Amino acid sequence: MTAYLLKRLAIALITLVLASMVVFAVLEIIPGDPARLMLGMNASADQVELLRNQMGLNAPLAARYLHWAGGLLSLDFGRSYTYSVPVIDLIRERIVVSLPLALIALALSTIIAIPVGLFSAGRHGQAGDTIAMGAAQLGVAVPNFWFALMLIYLFAVWLRLVPAGGFPGWSAGVWPALKSLVLPAIALALPQAAILARVTRSAMIDVLSEDYIRTARAKGLPYRAVLWRHALRNAMIPVLTILGLQFAFLLAGTIIIENVFYLPGLGRLVFQAITQRDLIVVESVVMLLVAAVIAVNLLVDLSYAVVDPRLRSRQ
Amino acid sequence: MTLRFDLPEDNFADILVRAFTNRSFLTGFVITALVAAVAIVSFFWTPFDVTRLIIADKTQAPSPAHWFGTDHFGRDIFSMIMVGARNSIAVALVAVGIGMGVGVPLGALAAARGGIVDEAVMRLNDLVFAFPALLSAIMITAIFGPGALNAIIAIGIFNIPVFARVARAGALAIWPREFILAARAAGKGKALITVEHVLPNIVTLLLVQGTIQFALGILAEAGLSYVGLGTQPPMPSWGRMLFDAQTRMGVAPWMAIFPGMAIVVTVLGLNLLGDGIADILDPKSRRQR
Repeated sequence: MTAYLLKRLAIALITLVLASMVVFAVLEIIPGDPARLMLGMNASADQVELLRNQMGLNAPLAARYLHWAGGLLSLDFGRSYTYSVPVIDLIRERIVVSLPLALIALALSTIIAIPVGLFSAGRHGQAGDTIAMGAAQLGVAVPNFWFALMLIYLFAVWLRLVPAGGFPGWSAGVWPALKSLVLPAIALALPQAAILARVTRSAMIDVLSEDYIRTARAKGLPYRAVLWRHALRNAMIPVLTILGLQFAFLLAGTIIIENVFYLPGLGRLVFQAITQRDLIVVESVVMLLVAAVIAVNLLVDLSYAVVDPRLRSRQ
Repeated sequence: MTLRFDLPEDNFADILVRAFTNRSFLTGFVITALVAAVAIVSFFWTPFDVTRLIIADKTQAPSPAHWFGTDHFGRDIFSMIMVGARNSIAVALVAVGIGMGVGVPLGALAAARGGIVDEAVMRLNDLVFAFPALLSAIMITAIFGPGALNAIIAIGIFNIPVFARVARAGALAIWPREFILAARAAGKGKALITVEHVLPNIVTLLLVQGTIQFALGILAEAGLSYVGLGTQPPMPSWGRMLFDAQTRMGVAPWMAIFPGMAIVVTVLGLNLLGDGIADILDPKSRRQR
């Protein structure tokens, strides 16, 4: 168990370090001198050189990487070229939109998908299963941003129940803020729920054909108890794997969905930064999201050990 | 001498019969063929010229002349969807090609060598997996600027670890089999065995994964073009059309409805095709149904 956990932790750390090198290398390749960019075209060569020294741009490559990576660890991402404020302040301001959005979507997708998957597996091959899986097949094919547009048309333009976009901020009260996250969360969650429902169903069907399920039924346990206590727990491993992968898609998905609903989250920040060539912001947000993806995958690996005692006893 | 290992049930006539009685496969095949046909026809003929802007005809509702209506420049939406199909298919196809071309050799190598090579390939996989396609597209755009080519590269890179994993897992299941042992006894090297015996036996897996990644590629291209990182105007693309539609939802909802349906139908067709192929060629998944 300890060996397994240590190995997963080591792998996650190595991946994180390699990823940070990739992101750093990308910033190095980009043409253009950040110092010249900040000072403008009229600055003299001496001024640029002075700022380059101040920013540490003349240090050797390895030293610059270590300085940058060390900064990341203490949440010092550097200063935005266009806003002239620390990048961490921008991120702090925006993450209170993106993170709740991704979490609500993840919760919504799980709440919808697992019961549908269980329902379908229980009625394997019957009409209910066929209808549910037909709907899931359709759901997988729907791009979330198009679904978002259709939701806006239906609920905001036509029925006028919710705002079509924008975010009042949490200071305007929890309810108005949540209200503006409802449509984006549904748009993000439904396509993911379709995938998750399909995985849950096939994992459950696999498990339900196992001998120990027949044994549990034979010793007189009611179907419901077998389903929840024996089957679901064994079917959780593939479901957890997909949940972990989906978190990555949800984070990436928030970037697009925020643009549909004009939400001031990390996604909007990144796109504004791209158009303004504010590369340090682009790089910081990418690094943050990559770290989140790696962390979630590590959590999934660790949760295997909780769900599956066989992994715990191994060594 | 080539040793072949064929399951008795896997002869060609049987596969054909199964294909024509499999509902997923048939539906998926018909839809995919139709979309491909539309894309090919668009090279020679579209109802209207998509490069000519006729402002007098702007945002017209669907009519016998313009089946799907017109956009804010008076362009025929149906014609634009036809040309967009060409674009979506090209981007997704090349991206799958990149993923297979790099991923399959890597996965096969990892399975054949094992040990440190395997470990290195898998860690590389973890690294690429940490960058969702959209994030790598953002970084690539930050360096080279937006464009269809960069979208292809970003989606292609994301496909590499997917195919490496599938090829590795498939190959690992083939290596312990008797016919591999026979080939080794005949004095064949690992590279030759991989090409002659391992790869032919995992083609099914790769084909099924290929249709799935193709469908995901079409979704990703649409997403990237929607946020302006993919195909650039004036080249019509489904994602870009949705972007143009967004601010005009109140006046011209057809600008959003039809391109979106085109994406849904295409992706649905490919997914059904993939499910169908898996059903027909893989006995294990057939049992699950």
